[in-house]
Amino acid sequence: MTISTGTNRAPGTARTSDQQESAEAAMLPSATPVQLVDPNGVHTPNESYPLPDGESLLAAYHKLVVGRRINDQANALVRQGRMAVYPSSHGQEACQVAAAVVLDHQDWLFPTYRDTVAVITRGVDPMEVLTLLRGDWHSGYDPLEHKVATQATPLATQLLHAVGVAHAAKLRGEDTVVLALCGDGATSEGDFHEALNFAAVFHVPVVFLIQNNEYAISVPLKSQTVAPSLAHKAIGYGMPGERVDGNDLAALLSVLGKAVTRARAGGGPTLVEAHTYRMQAHTNADDPSRYRSQDDVEKWIPKDPLSRMRTYLRDLAVLDDDGETRIAAAAEEMAATLRDGLNTDPVVNPEDLFNYVFTEKTSQLREQADLLRGELSREQSSEEVTP
Amino acid sequence: MTDTTERVIDPGTELPDGPPAGVLNGPERAAEARTVGPVTFAKALNAALADAMEADSSVVMFGEDVGALGGVFRITDGLTARFGTGRCFDTPLAEAGIMGMAVGMAMNGIRPVVEMQFDAFAYPAFEQVVSHVAKMPNRTKGKVKLPIVIRIPYAGGIGGVEHHCDSSESYYAHTPGLTVLAPATVRDAYTMLREAISYPDPVVFLEPKKLYWSKEVLDLAELKETFEASTAAPSIGRAVVARAGTDATLVAYGPSVPTAMAAAAAAAEEGRSLEVIDVRSIVPFDDETVCASVRKTGRAVVIAEAPGFASVAAEIVARIQERCFHSLAAPVRRVTGFDVPYPSPKLEHFFLPSVDRILDTVDELQWEDQA
Ligand SMILES: Cc1ncc(C[n+]2csc(CCOP(=O)(O)OP(=O)(O)O)c2C)c(N)n1
Ligand SMILES: [Mg+2]
Repeated sequence: MTISTGTNRAPGTARTSDQQESAEAAMLPSATPVQLVDPNGVHTPNESYPLPDGESLLAAYHKLVVGRRINDQANALVRQGRMAVYPSSHGQEACQVAAAVVLDHQDWLFPTYRDTVAVITRGVDPMEVLTLLRGDWHSGYDPLEHKVATQATPLATQLLHAVGVAHAAKLRGEDTVVLALCGDGATSEGDFHEALNFAAVFHVPVVFLIQNNEYAISVPLKSQTVAPSLAHKAIGYGMPGERVDGNDLAALLSVLGKAVTRARAGGGPTLVEAHTYRMQAHTNADDPSRYRSQDDVEKWIPKDPLSRMRTYLRDLAVLDDDGETRIAAAAEEMAATLRDGLNTDPVVNPEDLFNYVFTEKTSQLREQADLLRGELSREQSSEEVTP
Repeated sequence: MTDTTERVIDPGTELPDGPPAGVLNGPERAAEARTVGPVTFAKALNAALADAMEADSSVVMFGEDVGALGGVFRITDGLTARFGTGRCFDTPLAEAGIMGMAVGMAMNGIRPVVEMQFDAFAYPAFEQVVSHVAKMPNRTKGKVKLPIVIRIPYAGGIGGVEHHCDSSESYYAHTPGLTVLAPATVRDAYTMLREAISYPDPVVFLEPKKLYWSKEVLDLAELKETFEASTAAPSIGRAVVARAGTDATLVAYGPSVPTAMAAAAAAAEEGRSLEVIDVRSIVPFDDETVCASVRKTGRAVVIAEAPGFASVAAEIVARIQERCFHSLAAPVRRVTGFDVPYPSPKLEHFFLPSVDRILDTVDELQWEDQA
């Protein structure tokens, strides 16, 4: 690749026009999204992207099935009032799983509100992950322990943090790659563009993964951009852009794997656009019938990420009935974990309101904590008097 | 105003899905017939937008999900269908872009009404609001007016997760040049939004989310006629006495008004008569109405959801103290949110000003000489 030499050049070094052209060609995404396993479960060979071996695909498929079960169970629990809200990634599980499994232990993941499955796949305790959406605290896990940032709601803001973590890693000489997720709508925010530019200028090891699920709540992609693709935005900042079938787990693993390897080798950032679809409402609070037809949604059912991978692995004889039973049992176990966890009422501590605002409570916060404590103890004693 | 419909757009410019030229005179469908009945706060805002757009073709509404969806709270429901995509449309997802474009449109004869989807999602637009929206008229000695309305669903009490419940009024109120309104009743929702859209200066219009589903029996057609006949006194800059009383004054705005009213009702049962002032217009602030009440009662508690430190509530307390010192029988007190980030759903009830917390504070207003 010509890219890595080009981007390592000293500032101000002019390029010849030949170098320029090949650099440009390498930055432009392919005309169609990279696909390695088609919706019928058949391998479509691609010179540039090797197909992962059967065992790795089987391991990832296992996570895919569990991921789907997480979405379905979380939806059910939100309907039962056990969670405040759930933005489902149903249909996007291949992106979720691939984003987590291409990373090594020392790497970082920057997820959004929609990426619960990716965070759980990365190995964070499911109940800690769902703390935010259940509503007992803003984030339930330790980002530093897991190298998973808090799930970001203010769109695209996390992408700059990802660049910062990568830049710090570079300054500290760490072997760390950062993978940052965002949606198609978020690419319109200024922070998206600043993050790409910073990443390219500082030549940091970040992989940006856009899950283009065609909608930002009700707004279709065509109202968001008229660029040939979202991946085309990469070249404007001087990094390669890639397009990948976002429902093809094999292609995602290959394309993201390559971008991660490149970043780790000092090759700089990559922008990957995964073409997928939001099969369900934006969240449980949304009414998609107002802006899209069920017919449009149904067109994506045959492209489901699970069915094609299952067919492919069964044809390959890597997956058999026993394997399926084992995976289904693991999925049920995960569902039971979510049910048990969420059906237990969390113990919240009102004092926590004041405990973490500053390293040390201000005198004002101490006063306010006292006020609340007083109210609560009066309430408690009046409850004791009138049982 | 200038007739922008005359402007020609370069025919070579492709406008992918954007509005065609001259859409301000586009097809307008008739309004649905209305009758008297219970009207929600949300419906009143929706009607105000529709009536304003009908009355003035330069009023243009835009933001995130305000088109086909009708806004996540349905405040713009039906506007695109009725007025066309040139008059109510979705933008790319970028608040700074929305606000900056509104400035330019206002400079060129449009009256933009923009929706920020939630309080905390207005922050990317903050630079445009503070550096341009608020300053442009002053910078140009009034030559450039910016009649922009920034609608913001705001504050908490709806069990929303982080970034969906901020009370951000103090940032705006602290910025000279911004008119800041926070209606609390369905009637005010309609009338104040109409006033805001007709106002010559930029208005930050704060819509308390938890009141969207509150109802009053109203005749929207009559409200429209009253507003358009300009017979009623304007609400911008005027507070109202929401409940008359004699012993102490509760001063509130937006989402805290119903809480103050409930506290006054509870106090009445305990034999204490509380007056409630609905500020409605944070900027400009109506010192006269607030001070007249406090001079009469001699005691005041200011109530707001926002953290109290350096807040609008703090400003109101200071103004009362400066103007009514000799009428006061006790220090003016505040019941506000704590000085902490807005809590998660399961903790928000500990944070929000409650009837009990208000009554406790009223009890502390030195009703008897201390030993
Ligand atoms: C700065 C900001 N503005 C608005 C919102 C409200 N909002 C939440 S999700 C969303 C749509 C995002 O769409 P996209 O980036 O495509 O991600 P998806 O939800 O489809 O995964 C919007 C507008 C927000 N969270 N942050
Ligand atoms: Mg999307």
